[in-house]
Amino acid sequence: MGDIILTMKDIDKSFPGVHALDHVNFEVKKGEVHALMGENGAGKSTLMKVLTGIYTKDSGSIVYEGKEVEFHNTRDAQDAGIVIVHQELNMLGHLTVAQNIFIGREFKKGIRIDDKKMNEEAEKLFKKLNIDIDPTEMMGNLTVGKQQMCEIAKAISHEAKVIIFDEPSAALTEAEIEELFKIIRDLRKQQLGIVYISHRMDEIKVITDRVTVMRDGTYVGTLITNDCTKDDIINMMVGRVIYEDPKTESSVAKDAPIVLKVENLNAGKMVQDVSFELRKGEILGFSGLMGAGRTETARAIFGADPKTGGTITINGKKVEINSPEDAVKCGIGYLSEDRKRYGIVVQKSVAENSTMATMENFVKGLFINKKAENKAAQDYVDSLATKTPSVDQLVVNLSGGNQQKVVIAKWLIRNCDILIFDEPTRGIDVGAKNEIYKLMNRLAEEGKSIIMISSEMTEILRMSDRIVVMCEGRKTGEIDISEASQEIIMNMATREI
Amino acid sequence: MGKSVGNAPAEKKKSIFSGAGSQKIIVLLVVIVLFAFFSIFSANFRRYTTVLSIMDYSYYIALMAIGVTFPLITGGVDLSIGTGLICYSLAGGYLVIHCGWPTWAGMLVSVLFGILIGTLNGALVSLMSLPPFLATLCTCMMTRGLGSICSNNFGISWPTSGTEGSWFRDIFKITIGDTKYPLGFLWVLLLVLLMSFVLNHTKIGRYTIAIGSNKEATILSGINVKFYHIMAYVISGLFAGLASIAYSAVFSTVQPGTGAGFELEAIGGAIIGGVSASGGVGSVTGSLLGVFVICLLKTGLPYIGLQANWQQIITGMVLIGAVMVDILKKKRAEAV
Repeated sequence: MGDIILTMKDIDKSFPGVHALDHVNFEVKKGEVHALMGENGAGKSTLMKVLTGIYTKDSGSIVYEGKEVEFHNTRDAQDAGIVIVHQELNMLGHLTVAQNIFIGREFKKGIRIDDKKMNEEAEKLFKKLNIDIDPTEMMGNLTVGKQQMCEIAKAISHEAKVIIFDEPSAALTEAEIEELFKIIRDLRKQQLGIVYISHRMDEIKVITDRVTVMRDGTYVGTLITNDCTKDDIINMMVGRVIYEDPKTESSVAKDAPIVLKVENLNAGKMVQDVSFELRKGEILGFSGLMGAGRTETARAIFGADPKTGGTITINGKKVEINSPEDAVKCGIGYLSEDRKRYGIVVQKSVAENSTMATMENFVKGLFINKKAENKAAQDYVDSLATKTPSVDQLVVNLSGGNQQKVVIAKWLIRNCDILIFDEPTRGIDVGAKNEIYKLMNRLAEEGKSIIMISSEMTEILRMSDRIVVMCEGRKTGEIDISEASQEIIMNMATREI
Repeated sequence: MGKSVGNAPAEKKKSIFSGAGSQKIIVLLVVIVLFAFFSIFSANFRRYTTVLSIMDYSYYIALMAIGVTFPLITGGVDLSIGTGLICYSLAGGYLVIHCGWPTWAGMLVSVLFGILIGTLNGALVSLMSLPPFLATLCTCMMTRGLGSICSNNFGISWPTSGTEGSWFRDIFKITIGDTKYPLGFLWVLLLVLLMSFVLNHTKIGRYTIAIGSNKEATILSGINVKFYHIMAYVISGLFAGLASIAYSAVFSTVQPGTGAGFELEAIGGAIIGGVSASGGVGSVTGSLLGVFVICLLKTGLPYIGLQANWQQIITGMVLIGAVMVDILKKKRAEAV
């Protein structure tokens, strides 16, 4: 490791309602691979976005190559030599590899773009990196791994001095990861500073020199990778958070009937051989890191995505679910993590949204029975304590928490006994969160069975009777709430299978 | 080592994205087969005059198709070219016939008018973020009204053959001795070559494809996407202007209120020729070939006893086929 090339000091950034970065410190040396770790929402990506000029910091300083700098967009940062290789690749599938690498700075002969020279230059780059890719191949024809190599080549062609990898291995195969590591080691040898964001504990141990951990937008600490254990890092990531009354034991009777049984469910690479049971009146928490395959599992059960295998049994009867329509007929309701896209129609009234899944019950001949519709909606506004001036109010005017209640009402009117809550409190403020929790508990007491997907550890520990943990499309653990702790769950969520 | 997720996606077949070339060959074959088909089944079709009339019909559609290929590749569309064409022709023609302007000046006005409307389309789409469909639908209606205003609601007859100022007709159909030659085809071909070069070897073309491929990523690459997005519509407007000259020359009398539907033949041709309805893919030569499929159907079907209505139904079916091919290709690309 050499001299410090980049220092971020006391970086502070707030968004409306969220203190995303609270005086965070971070530094990178020449010739080191520096891991940046933390749970979902810890602020890693925000910090890197501040560095590369996508966000503007509120306060703090960035010193790069001995000078204080402030970038206004990614281009500025790029020109200075700080490049980010995004998790979601910024590739142009209909252009060739070389055209992608040199986009925006094409070589020209007069007004003609000199593709030949671009191909030669790309070839040279690949040779330098020991990558075997044909520069004239269409980008869209490459595997994700190869596309990533192209992104790296593009970064290097900018004469980068600091390269940020944002979860680079998420979509790569084992062989591709090996290749990636080889390249990263090469870059390290060439005295580049490398920031490596990843959730994979094992990779961190293999490839990085130092680890900086963030939690809830704050800087926790920096360790030398070789001097610490996986548990040290997990402890720093989880911290000692005191949460409001976590559940200590399951409130479900041991002999409660099994309402939903999923066996060897498969759907693409994000859902592999997932099996679990859900009992009557139970809240089953689904925990895991981003991209663990929890939402995909829910969508496969709900029939929103095609299954490639597995059986679903409801109340002892095997069922065939091939579409959301089938799922709803079986009494499954799904509350999407993306309410605005999948859950509600914001420009419609509370009443119309509430009865959307049950229209046929409110139709008399050709006409919608407005009176019956309003009454049903009003009943649930009352029982769920939805704050709305009337059922005619447009949903867009309600707060996040109350919108969520309208979605819940929709499925309750439909008589769904199995409810899948996907990130039920995302984008909902603290007070309203509590209400949603109370409501979920009440629903469970009334005999509804709930699957709750959540990325918030505190939410999982507070609500669940039992917890299923997933990692990379597989179930990696199942644990009763009485035995669960953040550390155990985090261990399962980063487990090597 | 962390275990990787699933298996490596199999290397996608090369034909998925580079399929534009093979599609061009297929469309060329379709053109040849159609021509042979009509020639075999109708003795009247096998005549030089028929070829001449197919050519006459093809010029304005082909020119529109060359231009509209650019907005289509960005993932947009330009619906204003059909009514626009009539509007530009009326405006230019009015100045020539009623104001005594020389023919060349009238033609220039037609082209400049096209560029103006193209710029407006581009600004609405790129700067004001209107959906291309809506933006150009609005200018489609506007040009229809403008055309009528330009000509005081009367039809305009550009100088007819033999009269003064009719030289511009010879650009498209020249008579040498007793034979007429479809000279316009040469100009169309040259323009196709020129715009193929622009699409494949200049920044304008490269960024047109980039915008249609992934607009966000193009912006993140530090490219002035707003400018290049406008340029795609300017090109479309410019070629609608050129098409209006071809139309004036071939049909001489231009009626206000017409032109709606022309754009569909041009867009249809481009899509048959391999332009992807979702952007990113397409070629100018393909669009030209697609236009000839449409023109052959239009001219040929009456010869085997199928009248205009059938011609529209069959053209529609061919279009569905072309779009299905595009969708299937995309599905295969995503299935991996």
